[in-house]
Amino acid sequence: MMKNSLVTLTALCGFALALGGCNRQPAPSMQKRLQEQLISSKAGTVIELPEGKFQLDRTLSLTADGVTIRGKGMDKTILSFAGQKEGAQGLLVKANDFTAEDFAIEDSVGDGLTVQSGNNIIIRRVRVEWTRGPNAANGPYAIYPTECKNVLVEDSVAKGAADAGFYIGQSDSVVMRRNRSEYNVDGYEVENAQNVDVYDNIAAHNAGGIGVFNLPDLPKQGGQHVRVFRNQVYENNTPNFAPKSLGPIYYLPTGTGVYIMAIHDVEEFQNKIHDNNTTNVYVIDYQTALSDPIKDQRFRPYTDHIYLHDNEISGGGKSPDVRLDGVKALMQVGGGALADILYDGVVDPKIKAAKKGRNPAEVCLVNNGSPTFLNLDAAGEFKHPKRDLKNYECALPALDAVKIPQVTEGSDKASSGGQ
Amino acid sequence: MNGGENKRQVLLFLLLTLWLLVVVGCGKLTQAPVQSRVDEPYPEKLSEWHLFAGRASHLQPNHGVLPYDLNTPLFSDYASKYRFVWMPPGTSAQYREDGPFDFPAGTILVKSFAFPANVGSEPERLIETRLLVHTNKGWVGLPYIWNAKQTEATLELAPDPVAIRYTDSGGVKHEFTYFIPNANECKQCHDNSRTMLPIGPKARNLNKGYAYPDGTANQISEWTRVGYLRGAPPLQAIPKVARWDDPDLAGKGSATGGTGYTVESRRSLETRARAYLDNNCGHCHQPGGTAGYTGIDLRVTNVGMQSLGVCKSPNAAGRVGTLVYDLVPGKPDESILLARMESTRPKEMMPQIGRSVVHAEGVALVREWIKSLPQDGAACFAKTTSRP
Repeated sequence: MMKNSLVTLTALCGFALALGGCNRQPAPSMQKRLQEQLISSKAGTVIELPEGKFQLDRTLSLTADGVTIRGKGMDKTILSFAGQKEGAQGLLVKANDFTAEDFAIEDSVGDGLTVQSGNNIIIRRVRVEWTRGPNAANGPYAIYPTECKNVLVEDSVAKGAADAGFYIGQSDSVVMRRNRSEYNVDGYEVENAQNVDVYDNIAAHNAGGIGVFNLPDLPKQGGQHVRVFRNQVYENNTPNFAPKSLGPIYYLPTGTGVYIMAIHDVEEFQNKIHDNNTTNVYVIDYQTALSDPIKDQRFRPYTDHIYLHDNEISGGGKSPDVRLDGVKALMQVGGGALADILYDGVVDPKIKAAKKGRNPAEVCLVNNGSPTFLNLDAAGEFKHPKRDLKNYECALPALDAVKIPQVTEGSDKASSGGQ
Repeated sequence: MNGGENKRQVLLFLLLTLWLLVVVGCGKLTQAPVQSRVDEPYPEKLSEWHLFAGRASHLQPNHGVLPYDLNTPLFSDYASKYRFVWMPPGTSAQYREDGPFDFPAGTILVKSFAFPANVGSEPERLIETRLLVHTNKGWVGLPYIWNAKQTEATLELAPDPVAIRYTDSGGVKHEFTYFIPNANECKQCHDNSRTMLPIGPKARNLNKGYAYPDGTANQISEWTRVGYLRGAPPLQAIPKVARWDDPDLAGKGSATGGTGYTVESRRSLETRARAYLDNNCGHCHQPGGTAGYTGIDLRVTNVGMQSLGVCKSPNAAGRVGTLVYDLVPGKPDESILLARMESTRPKEMMPQIGRSVVHAEGVALVREWIKSLPQDGAACFAKTTSRP
């Protein structure tokens, strides 16, 4: 009824305008209409966004469970937050059973698409981008699920984030696949998360490609069981543009391919990792990386039970990031050059005491073509760096595929080379 | 003729009766009891709740509607706030020592926001009245927006921003855009682990005197007396948060020069600043809160230095220059916490919503508190250069 009269009114006004004028009230803004739709949503509501570029100036927020927001395509439906006046996100979702698909979020003042504390989340064919390209003033995270369970992020695109294009934080059971991350500081981050599969993605032209790690002082600790496979991680040599205030990411060396820090049970295989100028693969202890004193008693800085196998790794370490004093120091350790694979060689003292052998941390780096390698001997104060990979040619049991309800059995055709 | 006269008399009588019915009826309407709703749809007009008697904008509480205030409130662009509580007859809230009281279904918490009118002598202009209603689906936030004539407020789920312009008593001109949080944004502050909760009415913040029409009384005693609260222990056993601007404490809060803080001045700053952070930040920055994932807990009950942000790197902070740690004891200008309070840029400011201008006095308090913190225990900058 209301709708009909509105339509009629519009038609009449259109007619009158054609005749020479009509004082019609301005239609409610897209901001208001869309936000009202989001507020009135119920389980099962599908909000269809039309084709076009829509200017928004406040964070859009959703709190109802079971809602889908669907556009006409990531290049056809664009929610532009350029000039945003209020709120620190583009779209902020705190809800279960949420699906976002086929639209873009551009130029939000802070994070692009944030999903907090949600179960069963799907982000599909969504693009989040800062259109001016790399810039310290861009938002930190493009696609940002945190404290979630059962998350699928697929076929999406992230560009220009001042921290990570795709970020999975403090979450459990996540699949990230077939995404493209470019010109961010970090392509993908798996932070304090467990049971995560990252596959068939592209990470190119970021400062770093794919990071898998734990950090202290976050409520959820103990991220583990992460598989990274069949990704293409290349030429991540865009100078790190993270502002210092973002914390650890500021210290990510430009030209890092994949890195693994303060975590155990990570398997990375069948990736193509090449031409990342500081190093293609970086396996490292938290304190070697950041040297921050650890105050969080729950935090374990060590990195072990890492299985990197059957990757194609080449052309790394050609022009390390000398912006960081630490990298310069490492180059000295390496006699002026770094390598395709860098490992700091730090072993948890408890494991060292309990297990004998040359590789008690069980860091296995095997069958990755013919990469150059440098063990920095950080534990031995960098005195005896080694370039021999032999001690690390071992195998570990393959990790299980991550199961989430959104991905039906068998759609993950990954064939782990694990024994 | 006679017949016509009779008819006219009957008609007159009928009209009179009708008039009486209308007058008495309307009179009854204004006296009608509060009408709580525990299910959708919620009333379009604020007046339909019957929370106030008399002229709407005077906010004269209807029977059973109890005004209250807080030791240390949330700052909202210097808006005046008028708070009321109502509970269904015969019901009461259960006292809790920490967190909000456990309110019965049907409870209405009412908070109206007003700014000085443009011209000094005019009464304040009401902008919005937020209802927090304990419905069958839990707490629901409903923003009602006042009309220009101040005769009625209408429910708007996604209200437009309002231009505020006034000159304060000190002659200072204020001009800014006031953003009214939408119904979803209510949850940004009121949500804990996906459950919506009141923020203000907790024991420590209600534990103060209030000037009721028939005399001043402690609010918790008064709530108990009128039957709105059960289970409260004796007053001396009830926690109390400081008034952030307590004049009795404020004089003791300033430095005596340089690092010359006395034990007393340190304590004054500590209690008032922590009260301020408790009620301006702690609802999000606590486990389960919207900012729980940051690991920062700013409730007054938290005693962990690290979770207060001392020497802690932010995980997802907005860009604030080249600052590195959330809170650096003794160094307010190195502390991200203060920088975010001082900012009005959407990306870096805190809180993220509900504030457009800087709370200069709140900032000054927190600044002084950080300055007063002993620096010895906090070697934040012992090692900041990084290896990769």
